[in-house]
Amino acid sequence: MIKLNAINKSYSIGKNSLHVLKGVNLDIKDGEFVSIMGSSGSGKSTLLNILGILDEYDSGEYYLGGTLIKNLNQSKAAEYRNRFIGFVFQSFNLLSFKNAVENVALPLYYQGIKRKERNRIAMEYLDRVGLTDWAHHMPSELSGGQKQRVAIARALITNPKIILADEPTGALDSVTSQEVMQLFKQVHAKGMTLIVVTHENEIANMTERIIRIKDGVIDTPSEKTNMLTGTEA
Amino acid sequence: MFDRDRWNEIYITLSRNKLRTFLTAFGVFWGLFMLIIMLGSGNGLKNGVTKGFGDFATNSFFTWTWKTSMPYKGFPQGRNFNFNNSDIQAIKDNVPQAAVVAPRNQLGNYGGTNNVIRGLNSGAFGVYGDYPEIFTIQSYRLDEGRLLNQNDLNEKRKVAVIGQRVKEVLFDPGEDPIGESIQVNGVYFSVIGVFKSSKSLDRGEEDATSIFIPFSTFQNAFNYQNVVGWFAITSKPNVSASEVEAKVVSLLKERHSVHPDDPQAVGHFNLEDEYNKMMGLFTGIEILIWIVGIGTLLAGVIGVSNIMLIIIKERTSEIGIRRAIGAPPFDIARQIVLESVVLTSIAGYFGLVLGVGILEAVSSAIGEGGGFFANPTVDLSVALKSLLVLVFAGAFAGLIPAYRALKIKPIEAVRTE
Repeated sequence: MIKLNAINKSYSIGKNSLHVLKGVNLDIKDGEFVSIMGSSGSGKSTLLNILGILDEYDSGEYYLGGTLIKNLNQSKAAEYRNRFIGFVFQSFNLLSFKNAVENVALPLYYQGIKRKERNRIAMEYLDRVGLTDWAHHMPSELSGGQKQRVAIARALITNPKIILADEPTGALDSVTSQEVMQLFKQVHAKGMTLIVVTHENEIANMTERIIRIKDGVIDTPSEKTNMLTGTEA
Repeated sequence: MFDRDRWNEIYITLSRNKLRTFLTAFGVFWGLFMLIIMLGSGNGLKNGVTKGFGDFATNSFFTWTWKTSMPYKGFPQGRNFNFNNSDIQAIKDNVPQAAVVAPRNQLGNYGGTNNVIRGLNSGAFGVYGDYPEIFTIQSYRLDEGRLLNQNDLNEKRKVAVIGQRVKEVLFDPGEDPIGESIQVNGVYFSVIGVFKSSKSLDRGEEDATSIFIPFSTFQNAFNYQNVVGWFAITSKPNVSASEVEAKVVSLLKERHSVHPDDPQAVGHFNLEDEYNKMMGLFTGIEILIWIVGIGTLLAGVIGVSNIMLIIIKERTSEIGIRRAIGAPPFDIARQIVLESVVLTSIAGYFGLVLGVGILEAVSSAIGEGGGFFANPTVDLSVALKSLLVLVFAGAFAGLIPAYRALKIKPIEAVRTE
């Protein structure tokens, strides 16, 4: 589903250039549930940006579901993000002035789907995350766990190729974190490819595979069995 | 464009900070309001002054005699002379560009000694001997009866057309003046018509106290022989009055043995010049109004742009989320430009309505007798054009913030919470 070949990325800060990704190779298969771990400064966020088509890379190749993602213009990038990728963020990032169902329906708005139709689809997805009764509540009236479930419903609604979750449990307590991870597992069970960026071993352990990134390169991929020794910055 | 969500979002954004939105909108409102008020006032002044000209032909000029100031052909300086009847035909023959050549004579005037009597009533009025053509140069609204005609002139009839004020002084209220006799300097004239002036102010007042009698009758009755007091002349269409004026004046100088360079012997006054000067002044005023008005408007629009920038700053995370979930850049930019346009248009519209409303109120309050200020209104087309300009200005004001919004990196925006 995802194939990265020797991805390089540097940022110029003033006169200096900061080489962040130094030839990243990565292969994620269709229907995999993986986590990406790494300390701050490891290039984890940059990798996430590139995977999410939010940033460009300098050299290498990025294939998403067989499509080469390279040198896209802004409009094309926006279209690919909309159709291929579902985002889940640490701070939920719901629009505060829209209720749950409108938030879920928003990606469909950018596909030009009519209001009635997209709200009907949004209700289906809210039902899948168990929030039918909360459909017309504003985000400020929802708990953290509920907000994240709304965000997941929003990520799923376009039926994307991958779900990218950036620290999805970072703002949640452990019980709610478990609920959210269970939801991810259910989604995974239906065949969705999921990538979770986290710094919590506990969360990473619930995924099928852990990808560690360190100093701009992928550490030797470790299998779930021998990862309890993993360190965290 | 008519997407419910889009308008809903514009409403929500603008109503999130009502006071700020109001104050921003007020800047634009005030700009357009002032522009309309100033344009209206300028028009009022212009209308007031042009009304003073009445329906006076603005392509007309007058020429009269005065003492010579230079000796010529054996005549000394300081010589008195008069135009005479033969000049009329001479002008017509030699200056084909002259359309109407109307010789005039005057006896007495407003504020002088009483020269007109009817029974026990008397008054001081200006009595003019005129050709019927004079009524094509100055227009009068005939209230009763008729004006002078060619037969009156040919037959030297003792008939008079009198001003409204003359009627009030000499006749009792409700009395019909037509066919009645009035005595001018001891000569009886029969009243054939009563008129109102179409001018305003002093000039209108002067007209209302005038009496017109046939030119020929005037010369006979008051012993003027063939003397012509002065000429009122108009130019033909598309010919400048000044051009004809110069030709007529030099012809008259030649005919009366006046030195061609004598500056005072043949006096002349050109209404076209005066009119053009006045119109030039108003054009100047209008340009000034537009400069000031557009400046005020620009200040308001910059205010809108400023506030939109702040709104973008506040909405960084929202814009980031939208972009992350696939909002096309164009969509984001359009949203911001639309917000700006809506804000400026609504504010501008209220400015327009209030400005026009106040002008209408002032206009109906001062009514007809507004002196130097009459009918202060703005063309609908001008008003609509300024509103259109405003909508474009609003779009322009939204462009910089929209550009700023497009530069927001989604992932950074999303993480700054």
